[in-house]
Amino acid sequence: MNKKGYFGNWGGAYIPEVLYETFKQLNQAFEQVKGDPAFWQEYIDLMATYSCRPTPLTHAENLSRHFGGGQIYIKREDLNHTGAHKANNVMGQGLLVKRMGKKRVIAETGAGQHGVATATMAAKFGFECTIYMGEEDVIRQRPNVFWMEKMGATVVPVTSGARTLKDAINEAFRDWVSSMDDTHYVMGTVCGPHPFPEMVAWFQSIIGIEARKQILNQFGKLPERVYACVGGGSNAMGIFQGFLADKAVDLIGVEAGGKGIDTGQHAARLASKDASVGVAQGYKTMFLQNDDGQMLDTHSVAAGLDYIGVSPILSDLWEKKRVRFAAATDAEVMAALDLTMKKEGIIPALESTHAFVHAFKEAPELKPDQALIINQSGRGDKDIFTIAHAFDDPSWKAFIRGKGEEYAT
Amino acid sequence: MQLEQQLGAARAQKDILLMTHLVLGYPSFEVNRQVIKQMVENGVDVIELQIPFSEPMADGPVIMMANQESIAAGATVQQCFEFAAEMAATHDIPFLFMTYYNILFKYDEEEFFKKSKEIGIKGFIVPDLPPEEGEKYLALTKKYELAPIQIFAPTSTEERMRFLADNGAGFIYCVARKGVTGKKSSFDEDFAAYMARCRAATDLPLAVGFGIADKSDVETLTGKADIAVIGTATIKLVEEKGPEAVGPFIASLR
Repeated sequence: MNKKGYFGNWGGAYIPEVLYETFKQLNQAFEQVKGDPAFWQEYIDLMATYSCRPTPLTHAENLSRHFGGGQIYIKREDLNHTGAHKANNVMGQGLLVKRMGKKRVIAETGAGQHGVATATMAAKFGFECTIYMGEEDVIRQRPNVFWMEKMGATVVPVTSGARTLKDAINEAFRDWVSSMDDTHYVMGTVCGPHPFPEMVAWFQSIIGIEARKQILNQFGKLPERVYACVGGGSNAMGIFQGFLADKAVDLIGVEAGGKGIDTGQHAARLASKDASVGVAQGYKTMFLQNDDGQMLDTHSVAAGLDYIGVSPILSDLWEKKRVRFAAATDAEVMAALDLTMKKEGIIPALESTHAFVHAFKEAPELKPDQALIINQSGRGDKDIFTIAHAFDDPSWKAFIRGKGEEYAT
Repeated sequence: MQLEQQLGAARAQKDILLMTHLVLGYPSFEVNRQVIKQMVENGVDVIELQIPFSEPMADGPVIMMANQESIAAGATVQQCFEFAAEMAATHDIPFLFMTYYNILFKYDEEEFFKKSKEIGIKGFIVPDLPPEEGEKYLALTKKYELAPIQIFAPTSTEERMRFLADNGAGFIYCVARKGVTGKKSSFDEDFAAYMARCRAATDLPLAVGFGIADKSDVETLTGKADIAVIGTATIKLVEEKGPEAVGPFIASLR
């Protein structure tokens, strides 16, 4: 970082004046815990006893054999409590909130995983909790809404803008500018104003630290390549940090190709030529926007990747050519999901499956004595409605019709 | 004449100045034109023209929807410039641009200020650009002799206020309370203390915004502030009663 809060040319803190003092306090609190080994130990202990850390690294032998190339390893963030890597960041910020003495947490959520994780953390630590979620995502991710509400959170459907993740972020900021005295905004990804990108990346680095040790133990050497899906970029930053210093390890971020890059209906910021430099939602990065600087509607089958911007840290690593980017389409994602379930008995989230798609494309390029790691950021159970719909599954449809009739009376 | 002198001259004639706000292109440029005419004819002293942005983070529901509708109806930055040029040429009061930083950034900052200067815009309010991130913005406004209007908030410390004032010109926009635009404020003792802190931190004129809706609000501000800002109230009025309701409303405020 050169200028404070910047990663190369990217990042910063473009915040309204009313939040200046709040960010100053947050920066101070974060600087304190960052330099305190006892805090990190408290975090590790919490994740070991409340969540399921370290999460396993699974050798996907059937998939490896199927593609006949390198050995495929899967980092199992789906086995974290609440079913995704989101819990790492949230529990970390929860400990920070306790130190800051605040009583209420708010968060945005796209796929709902960050919302569920935040509601869980709030229940455990005794905080009040409000989750902002785009109306379109509330419909796409109904099971997660149910769990958030059951854990005591208030879920506010956001009806403005595109009614997706970016609009939920705007609403969370609107709440925060009046509630900051007792409220912390638990930003869910490595985006937004400084210190959020750095702070969320710090908590998520636990994934890469574990994965590097695990691959050395299980495979005896470093992987050739590491794949992760990229929405905001928190799971990717999490695992990539474990290998950034190992220059020979190729790092690949996989974005949402939606209905195809050529259709314009996608959320590929760094893997397409459609994005340009901009400043929105408090930070500078590559945004999908028009020539006037108005943000475009994005599309993905995966709510968690359906976002206009990308982590400033990833934009920097992209610009420096340390991380390369690819896109996976909705159709490719469904095919890879089907194959992974059948071959390994593992159900990745639609978001995570984007990483699988590109890893499968490239696996044959590696030799059997080489390895690649896919970060499975979350489990697919939450996507049951979307996946069943995409597979046009007859027995599921019959079940839903039956339930509908049961509730109709 | 620069903004501060222009406001100073107006202030010498009146106990308090009125500043209004509207979102360009909402509901249409034609309605904007009618509304501005009524505002000027009924004594408004300065008008803030908001160039719509798709992610208006600091705005409340009313202005946010206005931004969204304007963009959906096809308003462009180019059209906003053309319209602002017409207004500045037609009416003899200062016009300001309010927008979010991405609009300037994407337009090319130097071009944005050059063009603003050409068409007679006097100042800028950019709520998501603190001075720390606005080095180029501040340098360019100085170069083109335009006013980078800074914002004070109730959460700003005295030290922070002085720093902001040092980087500002024209006037200071004092946010009356925490929160987004358009919510009602109570003007209590805390508010009086806040205004006293603002006054102590700068010699620039003070404008107070957020939630001003009637004459008694304006009276409360007289003596404490130099400019009363009316934002959301007129947008709602146009939505409910049409542009012709704006003139009588403005006339009733002072």
